[in-house]
Amino acid sequence: MVEHGDIRVVHRGGSKIDFREPVITNDSRFLLCASGECVKVFSTSTEECIHNLQGHTDLVTGLLLKPSNHLQVYSCSADGTVRLWDFTDGILIKTYVIGCPIYSIYASANHEGIIFIVTSTLNDKRSELFQLVAVHLPQSGDQLVEARELSAVLGDVSCNPEAIAFGRGGEYIVSAKGLQLEVYFFKKQKSYRFSLKEDNKKGGKNTFMCVACHPKDDCIATGHEDGKIRLWRNFNHKKEYTYCTLHWHHSAVSSLRFTPEGTNLLSGGMESVLVQWRYNQESQRDFLPRLGAAITHIAVSPDGALFCTSHADNKITIIQSCVKVSAVIQGLVKGESVSSDLIVDPRSKALVLNGKPGHLQFYSLQRDKLLFNLDIVQQEYIHESGLQQFEVVKAAFDASGNWLATVEERKQKAAELELNLKLWAFDEQTQSFVLNTTISAPHEARITAMCFCHAVDSQTTMLVSTSKDGHFKAWQLAAAAHTEDEGPSWSCDFVGAYHSLAPECCCFSADGSLLAVSFQEVVTVWSPASWELLTTLSQPPGAVRDLCFGRLSCSKYLLGTTEKNLLCCWNLLTCSLEWSTSMDVSLLLADPVSENMAAFCCQEGCTDLFVFKPSEPRPLFSHKAVCSGKVTRAVFAPREEMLESCEESSQWLNRSQLYFLTPYMDLMTFTTKAEEQRLMASSQQLVIDDSVAMTPFYLLLGKHRQQREEDQDSLSGLFAERKHLPQGSVAIKELLQTPAHVLPSTSFLCSMFVQSLLVSVTDAREEKQHAEEEMESQKEEEDSEGEMEFSTSRPEEASVGNQAAESAAPPLTKAQGRELRRLKKLDHSWLFSLLD
Amino acid sequence: MGEFKVHRVRFFDYMPSAIRAMALCRRSERLALARADGALEIFNFADNYFQEKLIPGQDGRAVEALCWVGQRLFSAGLNGEITEYDLENLRPKYTVEAYGGPIWTISTNSQGTVLAAGCEDGTVKMFEILEERIQFQRNLDRQKGRIISLSWHPSGTLIAAGMMDMIRIFDADTGHATHRLLVERGIGASKSREVVVWSIAFLSDHTIISGDSAGKVQMWDGLTGTLVRTHLVTKWDVLALAVSQDESSLVAGTSEGTVVQFQFISSSVGQQDKDWVRTRTFKNHSHDVRALAHTETAVVSGGMDTQLVVRPLLDKVEKNTQESALRKIAFPHRSLVCCAKKAGLLLFQFPDHLELWRLGESEGHGKPGDSLAVKRKPEKLIQLKRKGEDHICCSALSPCGGWLAYATVSSVRLYRLQFNNNNISITKSPPSLQVSKLPKILHSAHQLCFSSDSSRLFASSSHSSVIVVALSQSECKYLHTLKPKSGSRQPVHLLFASEDGKWLATANTDCEIHVHNLHKLKLHCTVPVYSSCPTAIAIHPTTSNLVMVHADQQIFEFSLVQKEYTEWSRKLQRQGLHPLWVQRDTPVTHITFNPENPAHIILHDMFMFCIVDQSLPLPEAKTLLYNQMTLKSLPEPERIKHNHAFKICKNFQHLMCVSLLEDHSLVVVERPMLEIMSQLPAAVRQKKFAT
Repeated sequence: MVEHGDIRVVHRGGSKIDFREPVITNDSRFLLCASGECVKVFSTSTEECIHNLQGHTDLVTGLLLKPSNHLQVYSCSADGTVRLWDFTDGILIKTYVIGCPIYSIYASANHEGIIFIVTSTLNDKRSELFQLVAVHLPQSGDQLVEARELSAVLGDVSCNPEAIAFGRGGEYIVSAKGLQLEVYFFKKQKSYRFSLKEDNKKGGKNTFMCVACHPKDDCIATGHEDGKIRLWRNFNHKKEYTYCTLHWHHSAVSSLRFTPEGTNLLSGGMESVLVQWRYNQESQRDFLPRLGAAITHIAVSPDGALFCTSHADNKITIIQSCVKVSAVIQGLVKGESVSSDLIVDPRSKALVLNGKPGHLQFYSLQRDKLLFNLDIVQQEYIHESGLQQFEVVKAAFDASGNWLATVEERKQKAAELELNLKLWAFDEQTQSFVLNTTISAPHEARITAMCFCHAVDSQTTMLVSTSKDGHFKAWQLAAAAHTEDEGPSWSCDFVGAYHSLAPECCCFSADGSLLAVSFQEVVTVWSPASWELLTTLSQPPGAVRDLCFGRLSCSKYLLGTTEKNLLCCWNLLTCSLEWSTSMDVSLLLADPVSENMAAFCCQEGCTDLFVFKPSEPRPLFSHKAVCSGKVTRAVFAPREEMLESCEESSQWLNRSQLYFLTPYMDLMTFTTKAEEQRLMASSQQLVIDDSVAMTPFYLLLGKHRQQREEDQDSLSGLFAERKHLPQGSVAIKELLQTPAHVLPSTSFLCSMFVQSLLVSVTDAREEKQHAEEEMESQKEEEDSEGEMEFSTSRPEEASVGNQAAESAAPPLTKAQGRELRRLKKLDHSWLFSLLD
Repeated sequence: MGEFKVHRVRFFDYMPSAIRAMALCRRSERLALARADGALEIFNFADNYFQEKLIPGQDGRAVEALCWVGQRLFSAGLNGEITEYDLENLRPKYTVEAYGGPIWTISTNSQGTVLAAGCEDGTVKMFEILEERIQFQRNLDRQKGRIISLSWHPSGTLIAAGMMDMIRIFDADTGHATHRLLVERGIGASKSREVVVWSIAFLSDHTIISGDSAGKVQMWDGLTGTLVRTHLVTKWDVLALAVSQDESSLVAGTSEGTVVQFQFISSSVGQQDKDWVRTRTFKNHSHDVRALAHTETAVVSGGMDTQLVVRPLLDKVEKNTQESALRKIAFPHRSLVCCAKKAGLLLFQFPDHLELWRLGESEGHGKPGDSLAVKRKPEKLIQLKRKGEDHICCSALSPCGGWLAYATVSSVRLYRLQFNNNNISITKSPPSLQVSKLPKILHSAHQLCFSSDSSRLFASSSHSSVIVVALSQSECKYLHTLKPKSGSRQPVHLLFASEDGKWLATANTDCEIHVHNLHKLKLHCTVPVYSSCPTAIAIHPTTSNLVMVHADQQIFEFSLVQKEYTEWSRKLQRQGLHPLWVQRDTPVTHITFNPENPAHIILHDMFMFCIVDQSLPLPEAKTLLYNQMTLKSLPEPERIKHNHAFKICKNFQHLMCVSLLEDHSLVVVERPMLEIMSQLPAAVRQKKFAT
């Protein structure tokens, strides 16, 4: 057995981004969110992921901008550390080791050097009780700091991060748990508790769900299970506290936030509607409906310009303060289960699986981004519990990615099973799939397997579906017979059966010449060309669970797993069993680009992975306990670029990557050490330099400067590059850098300036001549100008030679430039004469 | 507890009248309440919200506003008159015509020297309050449009007047308007309608708070005349406002039946600048809240749905006490039903007529809980319309059923009923009535009562005196006036003549109970005065003990022979009543005795009736008060252990009267609240979620 060495199971992509409240940076340009074991930095305008802050070794459970430095962010994790990051450059600054799992993090500007975290009491991981602890962060230059100075602030708090909030200026902290609200004043070191009755006469449930504090007034907003929002005031009295009740939500309020000015209160919940209440005029409210899924968190940017809402379907919506959606960051949509297999779209290399109800989602693994959702069912989804609706249960692509076959079914209790087989053609123009054929009721019973013929050279595409009704059907694309205007559509080509047994799975050989269909214990091999039953293979006892043809050099092998813990390999040339081994394989997969096969075995509640070649008796790789529970969905995703790994155990990862879904719906993959290092390196290279605000002035000046920097690299092509220079830069430079008292009159300059902004239509050839003529005289004069310019420019640019400045003179405005220069000379002489 | 045949009477279709106005006298803790039919009620908030006095209404008198000036009560209405009431004789004292058309509001300054009335013609009329009268002083500058609401600044120099579309502030000295605050109209369809400023409050910090028909509660700066804040409270009207005495809390009543509280709260801890913030919303009414009062500890509201609701503010009272319970006062705290025990007749009193019913009969016996088949249906014998425009204030039916008397503010009428046997012809020819000639002295009465042998009529008169009139077939003759020695000027509200004709007990609102000896026609004794007002009194037919129940639910028994409290009463006081008994929120309005078992006292309030068995041990305060159903299910030895004197029956609800007839059948008169609710006009439409 080969030890797995440096191969590790990691979360790579597709992790939850709605787990905790996202953070918007002070300038509203970045959005940070906890995503599995890392922190992602998104751009709020482009929705792109800019950085992946990696370092935590367990789930990240909280994010918080450092109150004293808005360019740094704290993250806390269940691994017991708090890390401080520079998110603009993606650098880990410090790691504070707390030593026990942290569930959420809070801080306020009022408490310098102190962060507040929620940990379980008694340092017991399983304990159901949580406490709020103040952590004094030691001032130290080290990267790794032990923070052991903990002091409990509040005992018995909720582990829900929404249930604790800092009040005005950090003077008090509010915690809600169950039916009790606790307000702790730091100055007086006194806490006030207010309890509500469990439920009132009208059946309202008063359990606290979330709290928020007004930034300027002493007002606490609490959300409740029955959808009510209470605004508490006067809570520094035991008895004379008061509250008013707002009621719009019909089910629990899951998040509440005040805008930074305190003029509005935002609330969200199950209804997937963002409600904006006017503070002190609560009868006025704005709604942002149809946000797609239940709101789990609301975040507001420090300047109040942006809101963002996290949704239960792993989505973050960025909303402008005028209550308009401006961007949507969509993660991998995960329901309770995936009913279709994981498949990879050959065209976009995207992972395809169930997404929103009735949809297939295309998820780019490389970019960790949802590409699009394909509506398969094309019916309105009704949010109602207990209502049976159409679900996509099977999906398959053909080899080229031109065809997509989907099966949707609906099983209502008393009614018959409704089945639809849909075939989708890829449309080059719209770059998406278009419905070609809908076959309603393709089989009489549930479809158990479906596969396309993967032969590359075959003339026609063929789809085989097997069903519990005892038949397997082959579907073929055929030109429409009767009408001319309709394109080709799919129709049934062959119906096969074997001893009225129910077929379980089917598989085409790599060249498409053979089709294997398993009928319980029997594997039948058919020729798709003639629909002849070629041979039957059988290895009782136990029905066949998975079938797989070998690839490339191993294409003579057919592998199958049975329910009686047997992995068999048949040689198709001899039609005999080559080898078999006893293992409980829950999933057998073939790598489409190599001979390798992967088998997930379930043993004692854990899943082990074996990677092997059918021709070799020894597994290439094995990994014990990749995850707990049974793995039923996995896929080999071909890599975009080959990995150069020489180690024997990791060679199987060179051409493709193996992704699998754990029973808890986490998408995991295998990674090598080399790959990780490469990823780390690439992420650290990225440094963004756009610290200058994008003003029109910046566009004029900055572009010019940028251009010039480029020119410096190619000093030889100095003059050739001139054409690209922005027009008008000379005039602006003249305007800005000549002292005001020596400038000609504004009316004169103005017309010139306006002219310089116009697009010149001068003949380029003429210009070139012009340029050559001018070269000599220009050089002398611009030396002095260069001096002037560099005195004002940034020091790092000063190292560049004086000649660089010459590039600043664009040929298109040469005429004007000359004019100006002449005028300046005139002016100077005039001045000199005066001085004389 | 014994088994009774019960006449479950549900044909008394008593309909209380809507509440129109309220005024709270903070000094004496009395609330005056005006109903739509012109009747006035006075509640004593210091004494368990007991309805102390009742001034019957009058046709054509619609009270629109009430105002206390010291201990004097004034009202004004759309008939254009200002009335002062005589609270000792329970009648209007005098009426002054304001000559300004209908009066919408009256308000007095804090000094109690001037009464301002807002009239339909746009004038604010100032009346000087003199010792015995009020006198017109002058008009403030006349405005266009009616004056709907008025509020004095506590200094007495400024008056704010709510009008159509605007609020005006007047200088009370010069009479000129100093500010004109324009009130915004509603949005949408109501844009074209004038907005009515229904209510206004002028606070000592010169903040003016207005409630208007567009559903807004607005805070204005009275010095500059600028709008400070608008709270949109309802889609309908804000009809009433009330401010607490310390001006830290404000309540607004709306047409939706909600009462919205605003509090004057500093926005952040430790800071001085305060702001009016909307806080709680109470919904205890189904219809318009027309009148509001804000006491120290509670919000009192009343409106179209006829109930007076006392909603305690939980931040001002101790939790889980009697004070912290919500109270709804739906029925008057005195009996409107009179039962002729011997004849089996019931007299129902309405404001403008009386109804005499004969109880039905049934045959056979059934198990407890069975309903028996009715052999003879109950029938209405007489419907007697009152004469004159004054409403009936009290009525009585003699035990034999031969006499009927009622009184209004201005007259007392006595009728003789004659039955021509029990044949069917009764229905066709009603019993003949003949008005007896009454002695002149009997011109008004607060309470009427017949002696058990129907030979005497007792009528309570002014200064707690009782007039005794002898009745016979031919004539009625004035006999005597019984006067207590205390010299109390308060009216007698309870009268009870003993079965043997020897004693007459009277109770007045000064909490005094006097017992007169009718044989000697003089005062026999005075029961020691208890702090709470008696709500029901009765004299035991055999033992001649006087049983009294007070507004604070205490029960006393006084022996008339020994002139002292009985042993049982002392024991009850020593041991104390069970908390569950004390916490009931409706007073006991009637006491009867069971002739079969002299130890039984039958009491009832609105929600239960109770048989107090004096032979059984009293319940311990700390133990559970077992009801009869659970006691019945217990095994014998335990039942005896847990048995207690208070046998409470809650099978019948919303009781108007419980009485025991001579044939030992129980008459229970119910008036279900649902029936009253169903007779109310339709409430404003409100959108309900998921409809």
